[in-house]
Amino acid sequence: MGHLIDIFVRSIFVENMILAYFLGMCSFLALSKKVDTAFGLGMAVVFVLGITCPLNYLIFNFLLKDGALATGVDLSFLNFLCFIAVIASTVQLVEMLLDRFFPPLYNSLGIFLPLITVNCSILGGSLFMVERNYNFLESTAFGFGSGVGFFLAIVALAGIRNKLRYSNIPPGLRGLGITFILTGLMALGFQCFSSISLLVP
Amino acid sequence: MKDIKKLIEEKHDSVRSLFEKGGKFEKWYPLFEAQDTFALTPPDTTKGMTHVRDAVDLKRVMFTVVVALIPCLLWGMFNAGSQYYHYSGIETNLFATLFRGAWIVMPIVLVSYIVGGIWEVAFAVIRKHEINEGFLVTGLLFPLTLPPTIALWQVAVGISFGVVVGKEVFGGTGFNILNPALTARAYLFFAHAKDMTGEVWAAAKDGATGATPLGLGASFGGEGLNVTDALADRGFTFGSMLWGLEPGSIGETSAIAVVIGAAILIISGVGSWRIMAGGCAGLAAAGVLMNLLPSEVMFEGEMVKATTWTNVPFFYHFVMGSFLFGIVFMATDPVSAAATNTGKWIYGVLIGVVTVLVRVLNPGFPEGVMLAILFMNVMAPMIDYYVVQAHIKNRNANLRKFTYAKG
Repeated sequence: MGHLIDIFVRSIFVENMILAYFLGMCSFLALSKKVDTAFGLGMAVVFVLGITCPLNYLIFNFLLKDGALATGVDLSFLNFLCFIAVIASTVQLVEMLLDRFFPPLYNSLGIFLPLITVNCSILGGSLFMVERNYNFLESTAFGFGSGVGFFLAIVALAGIRNKLRYSNIPPGLRGLGITFILTGLMALGFQCFSSISLLVP
Repeated sequence: MKDIKKLIEEKHDSVRSLFEKGGKFEKWYPLFEAQDTFALTPPDTTKGMTHVRDAVDLKRVMFTVVVALIPCLLWGMFNAGSQYYHYSGIETNLFATLFRGAWIVMPIVLVSYIVGGIWEVAFAVIRKHEINEGFLVTGLLFPLTLPPTIALWQVAVGISFGVVVGKEVFGGTGFNILNPALTARAYLFFAHAKDMTGEVWAAAKDGATGATPLGLGASFGGEGLNVTDALADRGFTFGSMLWGLEPGSIGETSAIAVVIGAAILIISGVGSWRIMAGGCAGLAAAGVLMNLLPSEVMFEGEMVKATTWTNVPFFYHFVMGSFLFGIVFMATDPVSAAATNTGKWIYGVLIGVVTVLVRVLNPGFPEGVMLAILFMNVMAPMIDYYVVQAHIKNRNANLRKFTYAKG
């Protein structure tokens, strides 16, 4: 149990998808202008990452892995294809749910909701899961943790950009330029958790 | 006194036209303006109806902070001198100690002011904004967070990063997200880690390592020793750390000097007491919680000894390291801190909690205050946003009740 909490906390603060690996920057930068939109996208990412990680774990371990189907059959070269297919269908599901139950959020997310499909952090989550040999529970904890990390980062950035609206930023840096600098400074702030560990070696 | 004032006024008025629009030195107006408003009352006053009538402006606020920092600066000089003589093994008197300390500390402060000031003026001239007294605080806070043995070029590089990337790219004073002095320190901390932490004083005496109490505590924790006893062995008791004649960064070693500064800030209303109280409460609570952790934990099926660093009594956390200095002078920076009252409490408490978490659970860094404050600076706008939203929601609910009651 402590092990799972450790993975969860690490994936939020230490191995934050955005601020440690800089994955999923496109939607992070594009949808952080308003806090409400950022909140919605963050929730969508938590949901998609939390579902696709364990799903992809099952698919990888029971279908694709070397010797999983039959001895001598190694389908792991298919993992990108399968992972993307699972992610795309999950995103479709989220899209339908949002369209049905939260139309304003659906409209404000616009094109970026289908684009979660190609959000690097989501495919990255699945690939990290394979690379680190997580088991089913671990990959669930990792998926949700990474999602929450993305959520925290994008909402914090949206809050900051909300405040920056009143700033007198040099013309050349307005817009994306200052946002990149901000992302770097945020990563500096998140450094305080690097190498933190709940378990004593 | 009056004559001096008159003299300055006359001198200023005689050259004013040179600096104003169309004048010979039009480009350097920010320099003139800074000097003018620093020495005299600014000529421009609000016309028409005003909302706020107060003698306090940004200059006076920032100057109050500088005054509040003086006890820390003086104690820092004395401490630097006494550490210098201690580790070179020379017995000496009070005056020589203070002189030696000033000899060590003043160049650092001067470099910080001069290099940072050049950047500030450059940006003011090119971007045509005013030179701000906020820099007087940043330029003094930054050297106080450095170890006295730092190289001067590192001070220059650090303050350049802090002023330019921490503040000026956002448009100058009042717009920055992170505290500029802390940004500068964090930059040096990651770029030149070995000059910033650990055993800064070269030991000339046997057995003297020059490590800070926090550094020692962290290393004892790993060895499974009782930290309080082990510290006392090296001469660090609660009382000695309260006074702060010990190795450490220039301004932070003495809790007493910091508390004097805190009193000035609170009485003058410049620093937020909510943030300070919240921070202390968070630190104490997290310290007590850490004491409750089991001393042995299950790890991969085996019982292993947990770090005894968790057993440090909570009041030790106040005097070890630079928590007090950080929460009083850094966290209360009105620009980068949370702005709402509820937000200030949340912000302060979380700084205290994260500080203890980093100190106790993060083997990478012995001290967590700097990074805890930077982390909460990042989170502060989000906290404010949700506090304001909650407030609007409450008021709407009350409004509805009120309208219903009226029928």
